[in-house]
Amino acid sequence: MFADNFRVLTMPTSTELGYNSKIEGDVVVTRVDAAINWCRKQSLWPMPMGLACCAIELMAAGASKFDISRFGSEVMRFSPRQSDVMIVAGTVTYKMALAVRRIYDQMPEPKWVIAMGACASTGGMYRSYAVLQGVDQIVPVDVYVAGCPPRPEALLDALIKLQNKIQKEPVLAA
Amino acid sequence: MASAELANQLKAKFGELLSVPSEFRGEVTLKLADAERIAEVCEFAKKSLSFDMLLDLTSIDNYGEDPRWTLVYELYGTGHGCHLRLKTEVSEEKSESPTVTGVWRGADWHEREIYDMMGVRFRGHPDLRRILMWDGYPYFPLRKDFPLAGKPNDLPDVAFTKPAPLEGGPFVTVAGGKDSIAREPRVRTPES
Repeated sequence: MFADNFRVLTMPTSTELGYNSKIEGDVVVTRVDAAINWCRKQSLWPMPMGLACCAIELMAAGASKFDISRFGSEVMRFSPRQSDVMIVAGTVTYKMALAVRRIYDQMPEPKWVIAMGACASTGGMYRSYAVLQGVDQIVPVDVYVAGCPPRPEALLDALIKLQNKIQKEPVLAA
Repeated sequence: MASAELANQLKAKFGELLSVPSEFRGEVTLKLADAERIAEVCEFAKKSLSFDMLLDLTSIDNYGEDPRWTLVYELYGTGHGCHLRLKTEVSEEKSESPTVTGVWRGADWHEREIYDMMGVRFRGHPDLRRILMWDGYPYFPLRKDFPLAGKPNDLPDVAFTKPAPLEGGPFVTVAGGKDSIAREPRVRTPES
């Protein structure tokens, strides 16, 4: 089962190379990058930065009907130190902005950010003295989700897009 | 007991200090001539007329007029179920009024909100800090002369603000347009 999953990412093992799995067992050749990214993307633990009504849809995405655990992200961590992806769900006010930044800073690398909904992406309908006009002014955003609020499917789609993005990231280049 | 009757009792007690009760769609309003005596009037309304609840306390900015501020007190009695509205005016130079937290403790946050948004202070308030914006924010954003987009401001390690992009707005709807093109939200600056 383990080896089957690896075959998705790498060239199928072939007897043409003189390899016989019946004799040698399931040995897979892959790149370290691909293997590490494969591990990372399948267990993105979210930091639920629920600030407004988008957080309700985020809860729905976590509940049984939409079931975010199908994508390995059911472990909502309320401690930034155990989180991989911050889902900013809702209106970020200027009063909250530096707190969001601080929580982001407390997350261990590697870390990603999903801006969920119009408010987190651009300030949404709040063209106002009190609302940050997009959370990308304070943290780097990987995926933006449109909607007010977005349906849980849209968030799951964003999660899949983030997984695809992570799969392409170079891990060892530095 | 009706609101109008209670308003008349209040008027009888304070005489010239209060205006004649005016009624609009069943809502009774009294105007208080001297804002300095608001606490005294509210005390009587609570103790003798059973207005045991302050539903709301808000402020109006009559920008360009004098006096600039109007404070609006929405009184309610849970026993008799009647509403009463008290209005009083405060000049811009003074921008201060006595607190009614001694009458209703619930006035605490309402008064803090007015201080935060309009900059009217309440004398005798136990804890007159900003309630929505942060300590150190230099403006009063609900004043009419404060721009809708906000003003830039930076308080290191606390909060920062930037003007919001309005893309030519604010977009304003005008009632009574003859077609949907005339009624839809459009850029309307005060001059145009």
